[in-house]
Amino acid sequence: MSKTVPVTLNVNGVEHHLEVEPRLLLVHALRDNLGLTGTHVGCDTSNCGACTIHMDGRAVKSCTVLAVQADGVALTTIEGLASENELHPLQEAFWNDHGLQCGYCTPGMIMAAAGLLAENPNPTEDEVRHGLEGNLCRCTGYHNIVKAVLDAAKAKGAAVGAPASGQPGVTA
Amino acid sequence: MSIGDAGSEITRRAAEASNGAPAPSNHVGRAMRRKEDPRLITGKASYVDDINLTGQLWAAWVRSPEAHAKIVSIDTSAAKAIQGVRAVYTHEDLDMEAGLPMAWAPPGVDVNTPDHWVLAKDAVKHVGDPVALVVGDDRYGVVDAAEAVMVEYDPLPVVTDPEKALEDGSPLVHEQFGTNKVCDWSLGGGDLEAGFAEADVIIERRVVNHRIAGGAIEPRGVLAEYRGDRLTVWSSTQVPHFLRLFLSILLGVTEERVRVIAPEVGGGFGSKLNIYAEEIGCAWASRKLGRPVKWIETRSEGLMVTHHGRDQIDYVKVGAKRDGTLTAWHSKIIADIGAYQLLLTPLIPPLSGFVMCGVYKTPAVVTDVTSVHTNKFPTDAIRGAGRPEATHMIEVVMDQLAHELGMDPLELRRKNFIPPFSAGHETPIGVVYDSGNYEAALAKLLEHIDPAQVRQEAEQLREQGIYRGIGFSTYTEICGNAPSRAVGPGGFGLQGGGWESATVRVHATGSVTLYTGTSPHGQGHETGFAQIVADRLGIDPSQVEVIHGDTHTGPFGLDTYGSRSLAVGGEAAALAAGKVAAKAKAIVAHQLEAAAEDIELRDGKFSVRGSPDKGLTLAEVAGAAYVTMDMPEGMEPGLDEQSFYDPENFVFPFGAHACVVDVDPETGKVKVVRWVAVDDCGPAINPMLIDGQVHGGIVHGIGQALYERVHYDDAGQLVTGTFVDYALATAAELPSFETDRTETPSPVNSLAVKGVGEAGTIAATPAVTNAVIDALRPLGVEFINMPLTPMRVWEAIQEAKGGVPA
Amino acid sequence: MIPAEFDYTAPETLDDAIKALADGGEDAKLLAGGHSLLPLMKLRLAAPSLLVDLRKVPGLHGIQREDGNWRIGALTPHAELEHTPDLGVVSLTAGTIADPQVRNRGTIGGSLAHGDPASDLPAVMLICEASVTLQGAGGQQRSVSANDLFQDYLETAVEPTEVLTEIRMPAYDGWGFAYQKFNRRSEDWAMVAVSALVKKNGDTIEDARIGLTNMASVPLRAHAVEEALRGQPGTADSIARAAEQAAEGTDPPADLNASSDYKRHLARVMCRRALEEAAGLP
Repeated sequence: MSKTVPVTLNVNGVEHHLEVEPRLLLVHALRDNLGLTGTHVGCDTSNCGACTIHMDGRAVKSCTVLAVQADGVALTTIEGLASENELHPLQEAFWNDHGLQCGYCTPGMIMAAAGLLAENPNPTEDEVRHGLEGNLCRCTGYHNIVKAVLDAAKAKGAAVGAPASGQPGVTA
Repeated sequence: MSIGDAGSEITRRAAEASNGAPAPSNHVGRAMRRKEDPRLITGKASYVDDINLTGQLWAAWVRSPEAHAKIVSIDTSAAKAIQGVRAVYTHEDLDMEAGLPMAWAPPGVDVNTPDHWVLAKDAVKHVGDPVALVVGDDRYGVVDAAEAVMVEYDPLPVVTDPEKALEDGSPLVHEQFGTNKVCDWSLGGGDLEAGFAEADVIIERRVVNHRIAGGAIEPRGVLAEYRGDRLTVWSSTQVPHFLRLFLSILLGVTEERVRVIAPEVGGGFGSKLNIYAEEIGCAWASRKLGRPVKWIETRSEGLMVTHHGRDQIDYVKVGAKRDGTLTAWHSKIIADIGAYQLLLTPLIPPLSGFVMCGVYKTPAVVTDVTSVHTNKFPTDAIRGAGRPEATHMIEVVMDQLAHELGMDPLELRRKNFIPPFSAGHETPIGVVYDSGNYEAALAKLLEHIDPAQVRQEAEQLREQGIYRGIGFSTYTEICGNAPSRAVGPGGFGLQGGGWESATVRVHATGSVTLYTGTSPHGQGHETGFAQIVADRLGIDPSQVEVIHGDTHTGPFGLDTYGSRSLAVGGEAAALAAGKVAAKAKAIVAHQLEAAAEDIELRDGKFSVRGSPDKGLTLAEVAGAAYVTMDMPEGMEPGLDEQSFYDPENFVFPFGAHACVVDVDPETGKVKVVRWVAVDDCGPAINPMLIDGQVHGGIVHGIGQALYERVHYDDAGQLVTGTFVDYALATAAELPSFETDRTETPSPVNSLAVKGVGEAGTIAATPAVTNAVIDALRPLGVEFINMPLTPMRVWEAIQEAKGGVPA
Repeated sequence: MIPAEFDYTAPETLDDAIKALADGGEDAKLLAGGHSLLPLMKLRLAAPSLLVDLRKVPGLHGIQREDGNWRIGALTPHAELEHTPDLGVVSLTAGTIADPQVRNRGTIGGSLAHGDPASDLPAVMLICEASVTLQGAGGQQRSVSANDLFQDYLETAVEPTEVLTEIRMPAYDGWGFAYQKFNRRSEDWAMVAVSALVKKNGDTIEDARIGLTNMASVPLRAHAVEEALRGQPGTADSIARAAEQAAEGTDPPADLNASSDYKRHLARVMCRRALEEAAGLP
C-alpha cells in the first residue's frame, strides 16, 4: 500500500478527517469511508454520471476525482440536497413525474440537474437534454427525467438550484 | 396439453369473465406516484454495493485476454505474496462437480452443451473467461493482486463469424463436438411450398440483428456469507429464487439453509437473469474462507462477461399475392450464441419462432434456427429475448415487400392483419394468441400522426438537404410466461413452466404485507401490486407493503423477466387478496348475521348489500380474526392467504409505433425527431408506469438501431469494452415521446392484463430501420441493416448512387 | 476500475511543484483537473509513480485580457472558457467538450499538455496561433507556439520537468468563427471536428484559419483550404471549392465507427459547414 495522506472532506456541511491512499477515488471515500452510499458507480470511463456530486456548487463526476483533490472543498451529495423534512424541488418533481425506475442513476441525475438549474434556472427542453448529456439512464428513456427537470424549474424558478438546508456547496 | 389446446380453455374463461360484474376498483387504473421512490430519490436505497458485513473480504477475477487458448500455466505466487491477499484459486482448487447451469434447451433436439466451469479448465474460450479468483482484505488490493497472477497461454485459432463457424475446416470452439453447431430447431405450420407456389411475388432479405448488451446502469455485484452451516447471498439479480435453487445444488447446501436476497436492483433488462460464475464463486469462496466475500463488477468487466443478446443473421423469404395477401413466410435464423451456454442461452433464438406470424394471417410460417458456438461471451435473454429479433425481421421485410408490390406499407399491413378477436386466435404454428385488435391500435396511432403530412414535410426538408423518413411497426409479442401445462413436459416439452406465488398477510391492525415471488428491478411492483391488493381489500395502497426478492420471506417464486410480473405475479396477488376478501366476507357475514354471498366491499367496508352504513373495515375484520375471534364456528384464526397461479395461456400485448427520422445525407447521421407509440397491454393498472416502461423500451430499441453494438474483431477481442465505445444514447440524442394506449382485455387472467416491459423494445428497431430506408429511398437506398451508424448510412448512400465510397 | 498505487504530493508553490516533478523521475506526472489522466489510470493504461497535484499552486487560474491578447491560466476549467463568450471560438469549442461535469473539472492546460489529437482544444489553439508558457527548474520560462507544442500522439513539447502555466493568444475581435464537431453522441469525442476563424473585408475573405481535430496523430491546420480562400469572395461556391481540400495532408486513424476515408469525407463536409458559419452565410 502506498503511503497514506491526510484529507479533510467537508460533505453536506460536516467535516471528516481521513487518512487515505492517494489513489482512493472520491466516490469510494464517500461511499466506503463515510457511508454515504447514495452516490453510485456505473462505469469506469466518466460516461455514466451516476457518481455526480457537487464540488463548490458545481456538478462533477466523483469517480474521476481523487479524494485528496477534494481536500477542504465543500461537497454536496444526494444525501445533503434535501432538508430534514422537505424534499428538494427536483426530488419532488422526479417523484411526481416518474422520473426514475430502478433508481440507480437517479442521485447522479438529480445532482447533475441541480447543477444545470443553478446555472440556468429556466432551461428549454433542448438545454435540459444537453445539460444531462453526461448522465446515462437505461430505464426511463429520459422522457420523464426531462419533464421532471422542466417541472422543477417551473415550480420554483430560480430558487431551484439553491440549497435546501442552507449548507454550502449547492449553489454555483 | 399443447399450446393449441389452451384455446378452448381461454374461450371458456372469456365467457365467464364477461358474465361477472367488474371488481370494485378505486386505485387500479390511477396514475399513482410510486411507493418506491422516496428512498431512491434521497440516496437511502440499498443496492448490493451499499451493503457491507463485518469481516468482509473482496474478490477480483483474473480474466483471459485471449479469445481462445490453452492454459499452459498459472503462477499465483506473486499474487499470494501481496499483503492482505487471503487466497488465489484456480480451477484445480474448485471442489464442485458441476459448473454454470444451462437449464432450458429447446425440446426434441440434441443440443451440444459444453461444460462451463466457474474457473476455466485447461483452456479459455472467450476474452474475459475467468482463470483465477483472488480474495483479499481490500477492494483495491485484490485488483493489484489479480494483475500479479501470471498466466501463460498458448493461443488457438479463433472464430467469431457464425457463418464461417459452420463451414468445414473452421476452428472449433469445442473440439469434442466436432462442429460449432449447437443445434438445429424448427417450428412451423401450414404448407410452405404451396404458399410460395401460389405467390405472385417472392422477396428475400438477409437481416442482421447484431449483438447488444443489457446495459443496466448498476453493474452486477454479489456479497456471499457462509456462516455456521447457512449461506446468505445478496446479489444484483432478477432471479433470486433460481439462484437459491442452483446454489443449493452446486454447493450441496440444502435449500432451506440458502437465502438469496436481491436487494435494490439497478436495472436488469435480462442481463441479470442468470446464474453467473461470480455468484457461485463468491459463495464457494465464502464457505472456503469462513468470511463474507464481496465482488462488484466494473463496467468494463460487465460489457465482457455479463451476457449479451441478439446476434443473429436471418435469411427471410416471403411470398405474397399481387394484392398483398401473404402466402408464405420462411425464416432461417443463424444464431451466434458465443462460447458457452448460460441459463437460457439455447432457448432464446427459438423464442423468435413463437411469434413469427406477427400480427398477420400468413397461412404458412416456418422458422428454422441453427445455433452456433463462437469465441464470444454467451448470449441469453436481453429485453425482448427472441421477440425483438422476430418483430424486426417481420416488420422490416413487410416494408420491403410493400415497396416491391408498390403498396403503401400500412395498407399491406391492414390487408394482412388478423381480424379483431377477444377469446383466442390460433396461428398456423399452433400458438394461440389471447386477444388482439391490431387495426384499432393502428387507427389510434394515425389519430396522432399523419403520414401524408410527414411526407409533405419531407419534401420541403429535402430542399434544405435534410432527408426525413417515417417508419412503422405493428407488432405482437408473447409474455406472461409461462403456462406450465402448455410449455412444460406435458406440452411443448420444456423442462418446466412458470406459475407465480403471492401471499397476502393482513396484520392485526389492518395493514397488509404482500409477498410476491416476482423480483422487480425498477418496474414499480411495490406500487402497482399495492394498487391491485388495496382495491380487493378496501384499503389504501399506502397500507400495502410489497415484499420481494428475498427467498426467506415469501413462498417460492419464479422471479421477474419476460414481462411476466403483472400478468402472472399480479394475478397471483389478486387471487391471494381475493381469498382474504372471501374469508373477510365470511367473518363479516357471521357478525352481521347475513349470508356471505350478500356481503360486498364498498367504500372501504365489507357490508351487506343494500346496507352500506353497517359494515366492517379490513382492520375490524383483522381484529376479529386475530384477537376477538368473533368468527364462524370452526374457522381458523388469522387473515393470511396464499395463491400459486399458473396461467392457462400466455398473453400477447400488441401495438403500433411510428418513428420519424431526419438523415443528414452528407454525413449519414440519423436523428430520431418524433416517436408515436400506441401499445395495448390490456386495462392499465397504473398508466404512469406503463408509459415509463414504453419510453425506456423504445430507447433500448433506438439504441440498438442507431448507437449500440457489442463488437468483437476477427481475433475475438472485444472492441466495445467500455461505455465510451458501447454507446448508450443520452438525453441529448433523443426526442420526447408521444404515447397512447388501446385496452383490449386479455381473457387469460382476472385482471385482463398483458405485459409491457419489453413492448417498446420489440416495436422500436424496425420502426427506426423502416424510417431510415424511407428517408433514403429518394437517394436510391433500398435496404440497410442495423446498426445504422453514420458511416454505414453514408456508405449505403454512396453505393446507391453507384459510386464507390470516396 | 481503480488506479495502481502511486505517491502523491500537493506543493504550495510552482517552484516546489517543478522540483517535486524533477525529483520524482520519469514516472512522475502532473495532476490538474485529472480528466485526461485519471481515466487512463483507472483503466491502468497509465501508472505514474508520483502525482504532483497543482491544486494548491496559486496564480494558474483565470482568464484575462490585456492589450488585445488573452491570457488563460492553465488550471482554468473548460466551463469557465465556455462561460466567457468573448473568447469566441475557444468558448464555443469548450462548450462542446464531453459533458457539463467534465467541463467543470477538466482544464485547458491539462488538455493541451495531454496532447490528444481527438481533444477539442488543441486544433483550436493552432488556428488561434496561441502559445503556451512552460516553466522549468529554476524558474526558467519558455514560450512554445501551439504549432510546435503537439509533436505526436499524446506527445507534446512539454518536458517532463516543466509545467504548462498559461496560454496566450490574440483576441480575434471581428473574426467570424465556428466549431463543427461530428460525433455519434453529444458526450463523445469528436470523430472529426473542424474549427474555423474567418476575417472578412466586405464580401471578401481576407484571412481564414481552419483547424482539424482527430485527423492525424496531432491536431492539424488545413493550410491548403486557408490559402485557397484568401482573397476569395465569401460565397458558398468559393467556400465549397476550398473545403474540398480539407483532407489534404491528413492521416486519420480508422476505428470501428469511421474508416479513414469516411473521416476525410467528414472533414470536407465539416470544413465547408464551419466556413459557411464563420463567414456568416445562412
